Amino acid sequence: MMENAIELVGLKKSFGEIEAVKGIDLIVPKGGIYGLIGPNGAGKSTTIKMICGVLEPSGGEGRVLGLEMGAESEKIKEKIGYMSQKFSLYEDLTVSENIEFYSEIYTIDLEKKKERTDEVLRISGLGDRKHQLVGNLSGGWKQKLALSCCLIHKPEILILDEPTAGVDPVSRRLFWKMIYEIVEEGITVLATTHYMDEAEGFDSAAFIMDGRIIAADTTEALMKKNNVDNLEDVFIKYAIDSDEETFEKEYKMMKRRISDEMA
Amino acid sequence: MKWRRLRAVLKKEFIHVFRDKASLFMVLMMPVVFMMLFGYAVNTDVDNIPTAVLDMDKTEASRELILNFQNTGFFRMEIYADNMETIDKAFENNDINAGLIILPSYSSEAGNMEKVELIIDGTDPNTARSVLQYGNAIGLSVVMNGNGGSVEGLNTQVWYNPNMESKRFTIPGLIGLIMQNITVMLTAFSLVREKERGTIELLAIAPLKSSELILGKMVPYIIIGFIDFIVALGIGVLWFGVAVEGSLLLMVATGLGFVICSLSIGMLISTVAESQLEAMQMTILIILPSVLLSGFVFPLESMPVFIRTISRIIPLTYFLEILRSIMLKGAGFGGLYQEIISMAGLTALLLSVAIKRFKQIMQ
Ligand SMILES: Nc1ncnc2c1ncn2[C@@H]1O[C@H](COP(=O)(O)OP(=O)(O)O)[C@@H](O)[C@H]1O
Ligand SMILES: [Mg+2]
Repeated sequence: MMENAIELVGLKKSFGEIEAVKGIDLIVPKGGIYGLIGPNGAGKSTTIKMICGVLEPSGGEGRVLGLEMGAESEKIKEKIGYMSQKFSLYEDLTVSENIEFYSEIYTIDLEKKKERTDEVLRISGLGDRKHQLVGNLSGGWKQKLALSCCLIHKPEILILDEPTAGVDPVSRRLFWKMIYEIVEEGITVLATTHYMDEAEGFDSAAFIMDGRIIAADTTEALMKKNNVDNLEDVFIKYAIDSDEETFEKEYKMMKRRISDEMA
Repeated sequence: MKWRRLRAVLKKEFIHVFRDKASLFMVLMMPVVFMMLFGYAVNTDVDNIPTAVLDMDKTEASRELILNFQNTGFFRMEIYADNMETIDKAFENNDINAGLIILPSYSSEAGNMEKVELIIDGTDPNTARSVLQYGNAIGLSVVMNGNGGSVEGLNTQVWYNPNMESKRFTIPGLIGLIMQNITVMLTAFSLVREKERGTIELLAIAPLKSSELILGKMVPYIIIGFIDFIVALGIGVLWFGVAVEGSLLLMVATGLGFVICSLSIGMLISTVAESQLEAMQMTILIILPSVLLSGFVFPLESMPVFIRTISRIIPLTYFLEILRSIMLKGAGFGGLYQEIISMAGLTALLLSVAIKRFKQIMQ
């Protein structure tokens, strides 16, 4: 039996009056990169935080690697790695102190610690910089270190929430190259992004808008079904179908944000 | 609770504290600077008061009285006047703050203090009060030295702090205040920094128990708060010469308790504040009333009931009472258990609320 990495059924989250996630069904198969794509405020981060076990769903249920969300969240936490766009790192610690901290927090077997540390340093290419203070690193290197820290415990699922927001185009490209290499080794990646060009390289994608999934399939099938050759057009088609008015507004906002970031 | 995870948090927190040399220097110098600054600034003692004397008796006895006044060090005889006008003028010109007038019949009615008048410039009530007290005090001793006659009307007795030195009141208060401020501020900033950086999110997602994080964050700041307490106490005792009359052990133990209390306040702030600026503002919002209402400057007894009720929920109020009682009166546990229980109760309340809120953040 082929088990899925993540299965969500009718997952909901409200913050008081605001319904951030309005019942999401999602199946993320094992292996490959799965994209969660949608405009700002669509509910991507909220969904991800529920999967990570730091936000309690207000409704629905889900399984992560066969473990029940909520009840087994402590076990889930040990099997997932999470990286946010903020590259949350301790700037007054050196590269290796940051890695060391997370390897202790995840209580990695002492025999394997050295091996894991060397491995993440190799993947990120931070070996030569391991004694540098993080505060002195450039944005690109910080991003690589953040990735190293969340890979240290060899997670089965890597969750990336807008990992390339605010990073220059070259670093973006290099970052995804690194991710594709990791995926080769069998890890499952769930990533959110609002850069459609990035998402075209993903294996599968789900479009999320206003707390709902409006379409989900392999990226190839999505493009074929809609007779277009890029994801951006696919997204536009689905979005117009789902809700013309809100889409117009949100899509414009998203475009503006992207061009702001590029500038 | 896993030791490896706790140790990792401890290690990281110690690096935060000790790597930043500037802030470490500040943390250790703060008690020194504050003690020195406030120890001298909040000095309400008055000595060397410029004084004019009008001796109308002009006898051995009257000269002895003047000498007695002078020898206390509180009065400095500036002008020996011949008549009242000279004294009036000197007051107007601000040349003197006190005038000592000895009436002609002083010696004939041997040591009758009613024949001695001390005039005080009341412009500065603080100085005036001190002059009055000193005047009374040495007037009293003159009478006693003289004939052992009646002392009615001059019967002022001061216990515990016979010279009414303000430093003996101020220094213990300062020690408590400094400790509170440093601990609250450091703790508040420590967690808020993690919020700002977003590292708190990673900690929440990692299999780290909130108890491990709380303990790992508390220990370094307990140590720092405690070091600051010892430094401040050392300066108070060695530099300002305010001796500890009571048990040093009791003082250190209650001091440790108060560090934990301040730490809880800081932790509570850090669960509410979203930025270091907000944390700073909240810290000031907490510190200011605690300076004014804890009895640090103004005695609680002279406050209206409503204000006194507020000061009863400020932990520093109890700690200052404890500190002053131990340092000045030599009070022991028996005389202080009410204050100690109140302080412990407030600490328990603050700490449990802080831990609860902390856990919500960590989920
Ligand atoms: N802690 C929170 N409290 C209240 N509202 C929230 C909270 N987190 C997210 N939201 C709201 O939920 C909606 C979805 O947010 P989010 O999941 O962050 O969107 P995305 O990551 O797709 O940009 C937004 O309207 C946001 O304002
Ligand atoms: Mg988001």
